[in-house]
Amino acid sequence: MTHWLIAPILLPAMMAPFIVLAARYHIGIQRVFSIAGVLTLVLLSAGLAWATSDGTILLYQLGDWAAPFGIVLVGDRLSTLMILLTSVLALFVLVYAISARWDERGRHFHALFQFQLMGILGAFLTGDLFNLFVFFEVLLIASYGLMIHSGGTQRLRAGVQYVLFNLIGSTLFLFALGALYAETGTLNMADLAERVTLIGPDETAGIRIAAVLLLLVFAIKAALVPLHFWLPSSYAEAPAPVAALFAIMTKVGAYAIIRVYTMIFPTDLEATSGLHDVWLLPVALLTLIVGTVGVLAAKQFDRLITFAIIGSMGMVVVAVGLFSQEGIAAALYYIVHSTLAAAALFLIVDLVRASRSDLALEARPPINGAIPIAGLFFLAAIAMAGLPPLSGFLGKLLVLQAAFPTQSMIWVWAIVLVTSLISVVGFARAGSTIFWKAKAIPLPPADPDVPTQATEPATMSYVAVGSLVVLLALHTVLAGPIHGYTTQIAAQLFNPAPYITTVLETPGKLSDGAKEEDH
Amino acid sequence: MEFLIASAIGVLTAAGIYLLLRLRTFPVILGISLLTYAVNVFLFTTGRVVIGAPPVLRDDIDFYTDPLPQALVLTAIVISFGMTAVVVMIGLGAFLGSDDDHVDDQVTPSNDGEKEGAK
Repeated sequence: MTHWLIAPILLPAMMAPFIVLAARYHIGIQRVFSIAGVLTLVLLSAGLAWATSDGTILLYQLGDWAAPFGIVLVGDRLSTLMILLTSVLALFVLVYAISARWDERGRHFHALFQFQLMGILGAFLTGDLFNLFVFFEVLLIASYGLMIHSGGTQRLRAGVQYVLFNLIGSTLFLFALGALYAETGTLNMADLAERVTLIGPDETAGIRIAAVLLLLVFAIKAALVPLHFWLPSSYAEAPAPVAALFAIMTKVGAYAIIRVYTMIFPTDLEATSGLHDVWLLPVALLTLIVGTVGVLAAKQFDRLITFAIIGSMGMVVVAVGLFSQEGIAAALYYIVHSTLAAAALFLIVDLVRASRSDLALEARPPINGAIPIAGLFFLAAIAMAGLPPLSGFLGKLLVLQAAFPTQSMIWVWAIVLVTSLISVVGFARAGSTIFWKAKAIPLPPADPDVPTQATEPATMSYVAVGSLVVLLALHTVLAGPIHGYTTQIAAQLFNPAPYITTVLETPGKLSDGAKEEDH
Repeated sequence: MEFLIASAIGVLTAAGIYLLLRLRTFPVILGISLLTYAVNVFLFTTGRVVIGAPPVLRDDIDFYTDPLPQALVLTAIVISFGMTAVVVMIGLGAFLGSDDDHVDDQVTPSNDGEKEGAK
């Protein structure tokens, strides 16, 4: 057993207190350590992704306790892809936060950022549902701090909503875990996958309730309609780099849905039959509609992006909701795309905000650095709306292709195509209002008393946003190999037997004997 | 015993949900506290209600109670306690800043000016 698998969790967990305790008053040292930590994370997750890319399943037993008794971390293709995505995103977001000096506008930005990463990476790596709950809480409590970073009444109010909504979600999660434990006597995912198949046809009520409750919890995280109300105001009010990092948080919900509903409650499980096709796909399509209508209706630039995120989550879950290998493969391709695109858009909003009095979608005098910002927005918006040639288009194509042989094809095709058109219109309107019509508005007469003109954004800010856009372009150019890899991930998800045997049959303390049922 | 616990969970949950639906921060926080109490008791019973049995499984004991839910409840209590403290602090900050403790988004046309001030 190697210890590498726990390193992506331990590193930020050590880095955060170090930053608080040793570098509290030195923003420069904080920055150095924060960047170094995230760079190491990128290398670590790339290494882990490489190690699992051949289908190996890495297992780490905490305290060397054997699986159903101790907590395990499991690294398979899916979780290592997600941690790689998270750490790469975190790197560019952090570069932006430093260059735009967001980290100076309040205290403990870097420490909270590291704790946030610890929670997200832990949620992707854990193989135990209760541990997933704990990592959700870790990432949430760090996100509460980040969300209200640099303060302000409006931000605090949005923060209250965000915290309350997530507390309700956490409580629901506990109810779901309790129900699962009462039915099966275990919370280890692999063990659960084995035990739910043993439940007799007459005793499925409890497990069905647990499955639906869990789905609700993950739907809150993934901001599916009608549980999306927390997202627009909290993401719009959060500091821009934080909102960009939050782009991965909705994906944690999508990841959890993929993991739990392919392994523990697969579609062919009789105890929960009817759960997958009845609920998830219609809700996802509705989310797609609400998100894109929101893009068209938004009166503020930042709200527009938040609704675009809701729409893209709808798109992801449409693909997940097909519960076929093609669907999951398309969903994973789209998850990578939409995380990068959403993060880039949030940072672009911040570049615009730097020299604009507000973010209302009305023509205002030109902003500083309008040309590069407009170029970046143009590319990111093309990607997000799903126009060719960027990855959004390919992602949507893959989803449509996956939906083609299914019965719900007509709904998926109609709604995906129409909502794409709507979001193209929405983004075009926003872009032309902010960047083009600005030329027609004369600059207000210069007031010598008020130094209103903000300076041009720092070069590194452009580099950070530009790198995200370049990554999107790479995601497009390398679409063939990447989609091939996501197809392999989906194949691994639909064949959970190696995962389960790796987790349950690796020896550890207590692994001999004492295996009898609790009930 | 079972009836007592089940009805306690039910009453706590019902009261919690009622308070959650209120408009102002304080009742909502109280509602969340009640819900977390309910879920703590619920978690406690997930190992089945057994009275007077040792919590540890040994070879010569065939009557025991499941110790794991206690550990889960302990984690849940600590987390919900901490989270409630956080939400009280943030809620207090928001209330003192805006002199208003509504939970919902207020329709304020002057939204933008306020946001600028926040920066």
